[in-house]
Amino acid sequence: MTRAFSPRTLADALRVLGDPDLAAVPLAGGTDLMVGLHTRAAPAAVVDVSRLSELRGVRLDGAVLDVGAAVTFAELGRDPLVLRHAPMLAQAARQVGAWQIQNRATLGGNIGTASPAGDSLPVLLALGAELECASTRGSRRVASASLHRGYRQLALERDELIVRVRLPRRRRDAVQVFRKVGTRAAQAVSKVVVAFTFARDAARLRDVRLAAGSVAPTPVRLVDAEQACEGARPSAALAAEVAALARAGVSPIDDVRSTAAYRRWVVGRLVERLILDVVI
Amino acid sequence: MDADITLTVNGATVRFVGDPLTRLLDVLRGQLGLTGAKEGCGEGECGACTVWLDDEPVCACLVPMLQLEGRVVRTVEGLASARLTALQQAFVSEGAVQCGACTPGMLMSAEALLVREPRPTEAAIRTHLAGNVCRCTGYQAIVRAVQRAAVKPTRAPAARPRVGAKPTVKAPRANSAPAKKRRPRRSPR
Repeated sequence: MTRAFSPRTLADALRVLGDPDLAAVPLAGGTDLMVGLHTRAAPAAVVDVSRLSELRGVRLDGAVLDVGAAVTFAELGRDPLVLRHAPMLAQAARQVGAWQIQNRATLGGNIGTASPAGDSLPVLLALGAELECASTRGSRRVASASLHRGYRQLALERDELIVRVRLPRRRRDAVQVFRKVGTRAAQAVSKVVVAFTFARDAARLRDVRLAAGSVAPTPVRLVDAEQACEGARPSAALAAEVAALARAGVSPIDDVRSTAAYRRWVVGRLVERLILDVVI
Repeated sequence: MDADITLTVNGATVRFVGDPLTRLLDVLRGQLGLTGAKEGCGEGECGACTVWLDDEPVCACLVPMLQLEGRVVRTVEGLASARLTALQQAFVSEGAVQCGACTPGMLMSAEALLVREPRPTEAAIRTHLAGNVCRCTGYQAIVRAVQRAAVKPTRAPAARPRVGAKPTVKAPRANSAPAKKRRPRRSPR
C-alpha cells in the first residue's frame, strides 16, 4: 500500500522527498497521478504538496510575476496579477481540460509531468520562465529553456520539488497570444499548441518569442521563426516565410490523436494566422 | 499504512480508514452507498462523477482520500431535500435526461455555475458543462434546462412572467448561494 505524507511545511516535504528509502513522489491536484494508476503501479509513497503555503499564491516580486507551483489552473485563469502581467498563461489555463480539471490541476504538476502536450509548457518557454526548485540541499533556479532534456525528462533531481514559477512581467507594449488545437475545445489532449509574444518598434516587430507544444518530444522554441520576425515589417510574405520556418522547426509524430503531417501543417498555419490576424 | 481521514459528505461527518490513494468515487459509491456519482471513464474526462469539493466541481475519480481531511464534499444526493431543486425540475421539464448516466454530474456542474453566475450566458453554460459528456441528448435540452433554472435575465424582456406566477424560492442549503428565483416559462418562439 502506498504510504501518504501530508506535511505542513516545505521543509518537512523536502525531507520526505529526500529520503531515498521512501521513494516518494509529489502529489498536488492528482489529475495525472491518479490517471496513471490505471496503467502503472502505485508509487511507494506520495507527499501531498497541494496545501503548502510556500507553493501557493501569486505575487509580484519587482519585475517578476511569482506564481506558486500548487496554484491551480482555475486560480491562474482568474488571477488579476496573472491576467495583467502574463495574460497568455491565463489564456492557456482556461483551456486546460475542463472546469473540474482546472479546479484541481496545478501549474507545477503540469511542469512536473513533463508531457510534450502540457499546455502551459510552451507558454513558460515563450515567456522565459524560471523555476525555483528546492531539495534538502537547498534551492536553485532552473530556466525553462534548459528544463526539458528529452521525452518526459526534466533537468531536475528526483528529490527536487518545483516550488515557484517566476515569469518576467509583461512589458506594457507586449502582446501575448495562446492558440490550441485539439479534437474539441475541452478535455482533449492538444494536437498543436502555440504561444506567441511580440512588441512593436514603429512598424517593426521586436522581442518576438514563439514556442510550440505537442509537435516534438519536448515543448520547443521556434528560434528560426522568431529570428525571421525580429525587426521585420509584418506582411503576408513574412507570415508565409515564418510559417515555413515553424514547420521546419518541429518534429511531430503520428499517434492516436493526430498525424505528423497534420501537426506540421497546423503549426505553420497557426503561426501564419497569428501574424495575419493579430499582428497585422 | 492506512490513512485515517475524517471529512464531511452532504453535511454528515464521515470517517475513512484505508489505502490513502483510494478514490473518493469508490468511497462515495461503495462505503457510503451514494451511487449518484457515476464512473464513466475513470480518467477525469467524462464528468459523470462530478461532485463538489469545498464547493468546487471536481472529478471524484481523480481525488485520493488522503487529501480530504477536514474537507467538505457534496454529491447530487445532497442537492435536493424533500423536493427537487429548480435545476432538477428544469431538467425534468425540458426533457434533459435520457439514459441519465451523465445527469448527476451535469447537475453538479450546472448548479455550481448557477451559484456563481445566477444569469449565465449560453456560452458560459456550454463552457462550464464542457467537462460533462452526454451521449444521448445532444446537449440542447440540457442547456435549455440550465437557462430555465437561471434567474430571468433582466435584459431579455421577451420572457415575461405569466400572470399570477410567483417566483419560486429554493430551499436554503448549507453552503449554497442566495436563493434564486426560478425563471418563468419561456414565451413561444
